[in-house]
Amino acid sequence: MSGKPRLTYCNGRGRMEPVRWLLAAAGVEFEEIFLETRQQYEKLIKDGVLMFQQVPLVEIDGMKMVQTRAILSYIAGKYNLYGKDLKERAMIDMYVEGITDLMQMILMFPFSPPEAKEKNLDSVKERATNRYFPVFEKVLKQHGQDFLVGNKFSWADVQLIEAILAVEEKIPAVLSGFPQLQAFKIRMSNMPTIKKFLQPGSPRKPPPDERYVETVLKIFKK
Amino acid sequence: MSGKPKLHYFNGRGRMESIRWLLAAAGVEFEECFLETKDDLTKLQKDGSLLFQQVPMVEIDGMKMVQTRAILSYIAAKYNLYGKDLKDRALIDMYVEAVIDLNELLMTHTFQPADKKQQHFATIVDKATNRYFPVYEKVLKDHGQDFLVGNQFSRADVQLLETLLMAEECKPDILAKFPLLQSFKARISNIPTIKKFLQPGSQRKPPLQEKDVPKLMKIFH
Repeated sequence: MSGKPRLTYCNGRGRMEPVRWLLAAAGVEFEEIFLETRQQYEKLIKDGVLMFQQVPLVEIDGMKMVQTRAILSYIAGKYNLYGKDLKERAMIDMYVEGITDLMQMILMFPFSPPEAKEKNLDSVKERATNRYFPVFEKVLKQHGQDFLVGNKFSWADVQLIEAILAVEEKIPAVLSGFPQLQAFKIRMSNMPTIKKFLQPGSPRKPPPDERYVETVLKIFKK
Repeated sequence: MSGKPKLHYFNGRGRMESIRWLLAAAGVEFEECFLETKDDLTKLQKDGSLLFQQVPMVEIDGMKMVQTRAILSYIAAKYNLYGKDLKDRALIDMYVEAVIDLNELLMTHTFQPADKKQQHFATIVDKATNRYFPVYEKVLKDHGQDFLVGNQFSRADVQLLETLLMAEECKPDILAKFPLLQSFKARISNIPTIKKFLQPGSQRKPPLQEKDVPKLMKIFH
């Protein structure tokens, strides 16, 4: 037993990717177990390891944590990425929840039928450029600081850089109207722990492809 | 300006109900501003009150908070309903997130098209009785305490009670196989602040009726 957090999920981004990002940003090494077959998943359920029969699962500090937000909140709290007081927490939570709504659209995208894909991509572009990115552009412009909340690196910054890169993969010019976000992206990408995570060979997972979608459907579809 | 939190939403449960429950459980009085028309929503969006152009929005402690989970977390922490340390919090968060998942299923039932309703109902009952309720029944059985986490009243107890009652509205005997959840329900319902919230005339909202759906759609779509 190494004492490192241990992540159980499919070998792809999905709902675990924000957890990988946050641990990496905090400089925390972790191990991963990849689900490849339905039998593996059923065994986990039979062993009583998944509280609500779902993954992500993160074994950390003697707990078998499930529910992505619970896991992320715990990591943020533990590694001082959650602001200095209740009000900063509130700001971080609001920003993270908004970004999570945007990421949800990207999460579901590979699973949408081919005829819906173009429309869904348009929705992602619309929401990113009209609802979410303008908010963070304005936040950064107004306080002129490097980080979103309290002049200090937090979970909100990690979530935002993850989202920016994920949207850019689908819509390369998406940041063209957002100079503050462009600078933010460069700044975050250069932070040592994040820079390391962005290099080849890190635990960061590639964008979902057809093989990933097949694996997920095979393991989880009822 | 009264200093009381002010809730902006339509006059119904939706995503604001959990917030009403938690404030009430904490003994905090609050005011409500109801959206009746699309113009009401547009006005809030135009004057920059809604960070992501969405409700729920709660004015509290000088902030215009949005995002249900952010609001609930703030209220829970402020009024000491979030456990005593990081590990209590972690447990509360896990329990609460699952309750929210079940809530989501219950909430969306009224919006299901007629041909999907029966299947959706079956899904609700299956998930409630096979995935979620057994977990909380076992938690209560294993520690034998009155509250879910840390032998202390928390948001997990409030949110679970809310969901148990909604599930019963859906299927009255849904707790038949869960004796500890039944006694949990009775016990938590008797906490003075919650008892008050469960009485007629409180700010608790009734279930959404099908006839109210068109009005809702007009505001939000």
